[in-house]
Amino acid sequence: MSVAHSPGIRRWKRPPLIKSARLRWAIGLGAAIYLSFAIGSIEVNWLRVYEGLDRGWAFVIAFTEPDFVKRWRDISHGLIESLTMTVTSTVLGILLSIPIGLGAARNLAPLPVYLFCRGVIAISRTFQEIIIAIFFVAMFGFGPLAGLLTLSLATIGFLAKLLAEDIEDIDPGQAEAVRATGARWLQWINYGIQPQVMPRLIGLSLYRIDINFRESAVVGIVGAGGIGATLNTAFDRYEFDTAAAIIIIIIAIVMFAEYSSGLIRARLK
Amino acid sequence: MLRLEKLVKRYPTGDEALRGIDLEVPAGQVMALIGPSGAGKSTLIRCINRLVEPSSGRVLLGQEELTSLGAGALRRARRRMGMIFQEYALVERLSVMENVLSGQLGYVGFWKSWLRRFPQSAIDEAFRLLERVGLDTMVDKRADELSGGQRQRVGIARALIQDPEILLVDEPTASLDPKTSRQIMRLICELCEERGLAAIINIHDVALAQMFVQRVVGLQLGKIVYDGPPDGLSAEALTEIYGEEDWSATIRKVEDEETEPPADEDTTSPLPDRERLAGIT
Repeated sequence: MSVAHSPGIRRWKRPPLIKSARLRWAIGLGAAIYLSFAIGSIEVNWLRVYEGLDRGWAFVIAFTEPDFVKRWRDISHGLIESLTMTVTSTVLGILLSIPIGLGAARNLAPLPVYLFCRGVIAISRTFQEIIIAIFFVAMFGFGPLAGLLTLSLATIGFLAKLLAEDIEDIDPGQAEAVRATGARWLQWINYGIQPQVMPRLIGLSLYRIDINFRESAVVGIVGAGGIGATLNTAFDRYEFDTAAAIIIIIIAIVMFAEYSSGLIRARLK
Repeated sequence: MLRLEKLVKRYPTGDEALRGIDLEVPAGQVMALIGPSGAGKSTLIRCINRLVEPSSGRVLLGQEELTSLGAGALRRARRRMGMIFQEYALVERLSVMENVLSGQLGYVGFWKSWLRRFPQSAIDEAFRLLERVGLDTMVDKRADELSGGQRQRVGIARALIQDPEILLVDEPTASLDPKTSRQIMRLICELCEERGLAAIINIHDVALAQMFVQRVVGLQLGKIVYDGPPDGLSAEALTEIYGEEDWSATIRKVEDEETEPPADEDTTSPLPDRERLAGIT
């Protein structure tokens, strides 16, 4: 208060996040010490790194002369399997996500339904695709069925959650107006809710297609079929030129999917 | 026609929005409900069609007691009550026609409405109403492309295609400019007269209400504190409804309207009714 009366310059500094200067320094110093020990604890076998450089270089070189031909049958088989897996799992995932998403929106569903649907979403989001894939491979054996189920389940966790959140964010006035006309529940969803969330649902579904394609390459590595399995085999045989070809194809497809879904999403409003 | 008996609404927070409302609206009467924000006006009209569930008391529409209806019967009863909203509450991504036809949802089955296969009679009526409110050239426009006044006209058409007996109107002019506000109020009141509809109109603009309605009910803290003709709103009555304030400006404004009739637009414009209404953008 005396500052306010003094005629001199009034200084201002942004108040620090942590008030106590001692605590501030202690936290900073502690973090630095921990980090240096943590880095020190990672054992690096420099000889192995040196040897690996050669192998890495061979891999990089392979990109300059990718071999699409030698294993083309395997590659095309894996690709078709992956694309099939992508499309079927996305469609199945969307079909299951819609009812679960509706049930997981607090402004539509009664509490027990809400908790159940949120539970399904939580389970599907808890486990990374690879873990689910390992589980399904153990259950249904190697092959694309395990991949299909894995990606469908992952799609639910992604799409149903975001759909539910979008539904919770709708303009309640529009929905209320439809309810006031004497509409049935399904009509209410169709007229009052669906138009408000449709563009986002379509956008997310398209986005999910390219996620699912990328994931289909990953789950293949643990035996769930698709291009990932082919890629894994190529690595196991040290056929880096074939591996490079596969990776180039994956990159091209992902870029194409992203570009075209971007185009479609831009046209939706 | 519509009767409210000891209607009470208590929100879970403990707020008493309505404290025993007794009100009767005869057929064909257009009534304005005024009162300060938070007086319970919105709650009152939403308790009638049970968008808000009343805590106790009864609502009777004709002979039917709305407060005791099950879900299916309530849906059928809602068809008899058209509602018009403050921010228009059109479904923005649906077309004008779809918005109007959504007023028919209570009459058609799910699959028909899902496929947008409404009965021809409903489509004819929708065209007639859109023509009446001056929007028959905008049938396939998306609702969010329209101006405020146009949107409210769509809202009015949507309420009327229900073929209601009463209109529940919540602040129809709150987001509109003064001229459009008058036109919308006039349109609502004209349509009520044409169709012999009763209406409860929540409205903030006291002067505007006085221009158009036959009866004014003043609500304050969930209780009716004024019920009478529009020109009976003296400074004392307004003070009782809204609290202490210098009301001379509001009251004088009403007298101005009376000396200079609000029909000025009609007399200056030789255009037919529909085009006059469509002229607002």
